[in-house]
Amino acid sequence: MTRKQRRLSLIGVAGVVLICAAGLVLYAMSDRIVFFSSPSDIAASTTAPGTRLRLGGLVAVGSVEKTTDGGVTFAVTDGAATVPVAYRGILPDLFSEGEGVVAEGLVGSDGVFAADSVLAKHDEQYMPREVVDALKAQGMWQEDGAPPHAVEQ
Amino acid sequence: MIAELGHFALILALVLAVVQSVLPFWGAMTDDRRLIAVAGPAAVTQFLLVGLSFAALVHAYIVSDFSVLNVVENSHSQKPLLYKITGTWGNHEGSMLLWVLILALFGAMVAAFGRNLPDRLKALVLAVQAWIASAFLLFVLLTSNPFIRLNPAPIEGNDLNPVLQDIGLAVHPPLLYLGYVGCSIAFAFAIAALIDGRIDAAWARWVRPWTLAAWMFLTLGIAMGSYWAYYELGWGGFWFWDPVENASLMPWLAATALLHSAIVMEKREALKIWTVLLAILAFSLSLLGTFLVRSGVLTSVHTFASDPTRGVFILAILCVFIGGGLSLFAFRATRLAPGGVFAPISREGALILNNLFLTVLAAVVLTGTLYPLVLEALTGARISVGAPFFNLIFIPLAVPLLIIVPFGPMLAWKRGDLRAASERLFAAFGAAILAAAVSAWLAGMDDVLALFGVALAFWLIVGALSELAFRVKLGRAPVAESFRRLAGMPRSAFGTTLAHAGVGVTVLGLVAATTWASEDILTMKAGDTVEVASRTLKLDGFQQRAGPNYAETVARFTVYDGGAAVAVMEPSKRNFAARQTMTTEAAITTFGLSQLYISLGDITPESAVTVRVFWKPLVTLIWLGAVVMAIGGILSLSDRRLRVGAPKPARRTVAAPAE
Repeated sequence: MTRKQRRLSLIGVAGVVLICAAGLVLYAMSDRIVFFSSPSDIAASTTAPGTRLRLGGLVAVGSVEKTTDGGVTFAVTDGAATVPVAYRGILPDLFSEGEGVVAEGLVGSDGVFAADSVLAKHDEQYMPREVVDALKAQGMWQEDGAPPHAVEQ
Repeated sequence: MIAELGHFALILALVLAVVQSVLPFWGAMTDDRRLIAVAGPAAVTQFLLVGLSFAALVHAYIVSDFSVLNVVENSHSQKPLLYKITGTWGNHEGSMLLWVLILALFGAMVAAFGRNLPDRLKALVLAVQAWIASAFLLFVLLTSNPFIRLNPAPIEGNDLNPVLQDIGLAVHPPLLYLGYVGCSIAFAFAIAALIDGRIDAAWARWVRPWTLAAWMFLTLGIAMGSYWAYYELGWGGFWFWDPVENASLMPWLAATALLHSAIVMEKREALKIWTVLLAILAFSLSLLGTFLVRSGVLTSVHTFASDPTRGVFILAILCVFIGGGLSLFAFRATRLAPGGVFAPISREGALILNNLFLTVLAAVVLTGTLYPLVLEALTGARISVGAPFFNLIFIPLAVPLLIIVPFGPMLAWKRGDLRAASERLFAAFGAAILAAAVSAWLAGMDDVLALFGVALAFWLIVGALSELAFRVKLGRAPVAESFRRLAGMPRSAFGTTLAHAGVGVTVLGLVAATTWASEDILTMKAGDTVEVASRTLKLDGFQQRAGPNYAETVARFTVYDGGAAVAVMEPSKRNFAARQTMTTEAAITTFGLSQLYISLGDITPESAVTVRVFWKPLVTLIWLGAVVMAIGGILSLSDRRLRVGAPKPARRTVAAPAE
């Protein structure tokens, strides 16, 4: 095999692998990514029910309730709109009312956001960026970095 | 006073790094022996100075010197000593200082162990290393100075984030940084070779031990981080495709590729240009990882409170080194002569396929990690790219790579015989089929992909061992002859076998723990029992305990197997008073290679608790596999040192290129 043939066969194999990879990436990008929404986005129903979403905002004060079957319901707010969330599982340690939260799941036809994972900040000085952005969009963010604590429902 | 000493030592280190950046480089260009000779002592002294600075910061943490802002923000006088020490790098400033310390350590090690290097190349390598050190020392001093004083000093500190108060912080960041920063040596060698315009097999032989060391530390660092997340976060997951995890995976993939392409270059003088490019890319991805973690552009569990000026500074460093490295490569790579010819079916061919798949994997991880940033910048849409995305792409691309792994070592250099190689792998193929059949019998045929995964794991493990068996002529020669051959094998041969088998072990753990795991979420009261994986778990009751800097509520569980108590498990909720935060401590008991995992949720006033119980079959194999890979790396490294580390004079003339 000459150097040229060798090079061509190498480029051929590399091309096939790259095309497969690119195809997979494009397919995954259309199908497997999750868009982030604020409560206002969901209230304005810009997303179809049944789409996977990440919902970010503050846990509304006084909204956390345990259900009898071991689940929990709470509301996520960005000050302008509030979305009820249902979750079954263990909440993160830093989850609490008035604090930032990111929930991932689907909006049901009843308007309740069924979350299958709930993330809170992992450090009391740190707020998920999505939450900051959602709050900023509603003018709820205070620039000193402190989360606005008293967000009533 | 000691903090000022640390600060002063850091400034001196910067000055010295600048000297080391310029003089040896100038010396190498003008062939001035005296300037070249500056490199080694400068690198060692720079390391001593950064070491002194780091020791000063550790001292401030140990004695709880609350007049230092960094200590106030991240420490507490009641904290156990171990966490006072590890807390030094449990924050942005301290972790950057650790980064610089390890960078200086590698420079000093090149100076100390690189005695067989040609002086000119060594001077160039150390100069490039000093460019990186200067940039990062400047970064620490200007934007992330850990020695800033606070006046008046508070009586007590804010404590370290409780999640980080764990032995994991003592091990994970140093290991990972040793891996990240170790890639800088391969980068420095690549840049030196490009400046020099000359590269040969000897270059690959010098680069490989450093790459191997970096790869080994990265492997252990990633595995340790994964295990830490597994037991600390209480979610029972071991890999989340978090951007920061991806940031460590990308350099690992590139370093693995570099390790293999450097073999081709060392043995066959081929793939020179590609190897140099990989060396640049591996460190570029390490820098990118540092940028992603330290700038706060991504939401991640690793982000400390972010500061935009730091992000911009690291981005500038990133652009200079990656851009500069790649530009130099574009201008100078064509001057490097191409190497030997080989057939597609050959050891070289297999290693090229390895490199192709590994770099494509690194590229897709890079795409998935940066896509949200690009999309947000272009359209404003915010998305999250997580496990569904990466699993879909990563697995189909990783499987072909794993299938070809056992073939590689069986093929001869230059021209291989695929049929002969396949015949030698017959046992591995049989073992794979058998393992899949046994799993199907045990777990059912529901998940065909998982059965394939088990087969693949055994194919890798037995395939790696088959190569060793073939080399010692097991079964084809008397047993004594095989033993004699085994004893005479170079350690690097065992290294290859172990590293490849380790991949198989990890694959087996991943497949079993994701497919056959069980998860129960239930509410329990004292006296309640639950059945998990043919064992009975009973909640005995709750207990209050006081730790050194926390109070905890412990739930005591007893595990019964066939009526006999076999283990006691005590998951807890800890309340850290200093930060008013709770953490969940999962309880994990290992049965064989599998684990039972209990994590607590809220405890109600009626003394009922939400419990999450996982059964994770063979989960420990995920991390044991990484340990096996690293042991392979150590064996290979020890062999290499014997061979090139202390050369005889006769060899030195062979190894060193003509000046």
